[in-house]
Amino acid sequence: MDFISILSIFVMACFVGYYVVWSVTPALHTPLMAVTNAISSVIIVGALIASAEAGSPAAKWLGLGAVVLASVNIFGGFAVTERMLAMYRKKDRPAAKGPRT
Amino acid sequence: MMLAPENTVDLSLAADAAHAVNPWVALAYLAAGVLFILALRGLSSPATSRRGNRYGMAGMAIAVITTLVTHSIASLPEILAAIAIGGAIGFVIARRIAMTAMPQLVAAFHSLVGLAAVLVAAAAFLNPAAFGILGLDGNILPVSRLELMLGAAIGAITFSGSVIAFLKLNGSLSGAAILLPARHWINLGTLAGILVLTVMFTHSPVGGPGENPLFWVVLGLAFAIGFLLIIPIGGADMPVVVSMLNSYSGWAAAAMGFTLHNTAMIITGALVGSSGAILSYIMCRAMNRSFLSVIAGGFGAEASSSGGEAREQRAYKQGSADDAAFMLKQAESVIIIPGYGMAVAQAQHALREMGDLLKEEGVSVRYAIHPVAGRMPGHMNVLLAEANVPYDDVFELEDINSQFAQADVAFIIGANDVVNPAAKTDKGSPIYGMPVFDVDKAKTVMFIKRSMGGVGYAGVDNDVFYMDQTMMLLADAKKMVEEINKALSA
Repeated sequence: MDFISILSIFVMACFVGYYVVWSVTPALHTPLMAVTNAISSVIIVGALIASAEAGSPAAKWLGLGAVVLASVNIFGGFAVTERMLAMYRKKDRPAAKGPRT
Repeated sequence: MMLAPENTVDLSLAADAAHAVNPWVALAYLAAGVLFILALRGLSSPATSRRGNRYGMAGMAIAVITTLVTHSIASLPEILAAIAIGGAIGFVIARRIAMTAMPQLVAAFHSLVGLAAVLVAAAAFLNPAAFGILGLDGNILPVSRLELMLGAAIGAITFSGSVIAFLKLNGSLSGAAILLPARHWINLGTLAGILVLTVMFTHSPVGGPGENPLFWVVLGLAFAIGFLLIIPIGGADMPVVVSMLNSYSGWAAAAMGFTLHNTAMIITGALVGSSGAILSYIMCRAMNRSFLSVIAGGFGAEASSSGGEAREQRAYKQGSADDAAFMLKQAESVIIIPGYGMAVAQAQHALREMGDLLKEEGVSVRYAIHPVAGRMPGHMNVLLAEANVPYDDVFELEDINSQFAQADVAFIIGANDVVNPAAKTDKGSPIYGMPVFDVDKAKTVMFIKRSMGGVGYAGVDNDVFYMDQTMMLLADAKKMVEEINKALSA
């Protein structure tokens, strides 16, 4: 891919992000931060490439370090988001566990 | 020298060849990016949010597996061990963390993304061949140098800034604004240095793997500026800071995505970057302050020193838990306004119990949340959700502000500046123009506050304390609510 195609994807994604994020309800802004934090750890892709290739031992260890950090974020970020989202409840669903509403 | 243009053409062809990947791989990364968009889309309502989170997990799994499958992995055991270690740490933290500590946790997680970006950029700098960014002349391609330097610098700022934010939110570092002399000049100088040196690094003839030491210089300056930028910002401006760092972590990921020509990283980076930017904007708007004035820092530091002495003693009415319980029982409609003080006192569970007791008496109970209440966007909502308050009882500022005129009681717990009428009337006030709750329109105002001594973050006195219909409940928020509960159930 040439630079311009990549830049186009980036600019379009910024617009998508703009509209999607404005539609997020303010009550979920904290989970939004937690989940964006988890997905920005997609940087692990770069970390995996760095640690996969032979050639430079220093680069490999830097890569492995980044894999550990990004994994903390991925697992921690998604798990904590899941935990938070599970707490949001609608009204009038008393302690009796009936899925009927 | 005449050969130069042809040379660059050759180089970019070489780079393209390195990036010429299987279309299925490109599609897999695109699918991951789309799943991330759906993850955020799900957050438009609590009902769809959990499915959204699963989409996010699926996207991440696709991105990781695709990378592992398509690269000749020489060190799979090490990589799996690294994922297992990191994953276990993350999972345990996520399970154990208290909901009141969520702002610190998010700041800490941001710092990890920042540091990971720095490490990846450094690895790309040392071993550019692995990333397909090594030109035929043995130098790293100039455009890739720019991208990875930007990624490293933004990552470094995210890291050191988030560490400071974490320390402030965690209380390890004073939440007050810490002001260095001439800090604006130091900051601007450092920033200019980063930009100039980045350009020099990009255009330098010394561009081999790990060769140009300018990389490390820029990295060091970026770490320093992250630290310097956040240090002068006070505690209650943290919602803006945390959102801003969220945004930076996205831009860092996007910059690395440019280096790797990876669509998943670019889409995600753009999503996260705009998400953080929008949240910062919402927070600033809710305080009626410009982003620059928040970033410049120092808010509250000057105001509280000048406002402290000028305050005269004014008469106020103090009430007891029994008085409050009696009046609450008589009310038809109560609106509760929680603030950071509720989080500090961990009063959310007691508060929900109070709401339940009142509902049993037939009182309508609603919660009103200001966008900047707490230490991060949506902080109060999470705490109320944790305490099992149904989310359809919780309202945003615009949706409930017209209701105060009909409310019998406005019950303020741990909030202050967000109910201060000076924001509407006093042009000289540091919070003038900030949208606030019209609690003065309610028939009765109950104000839980530790003592009459302290004022809100902005350091301005609050006329609500001295209104005829205000009852000050001076105690720790949790204790006071528990006593009210006792009186209610008696």
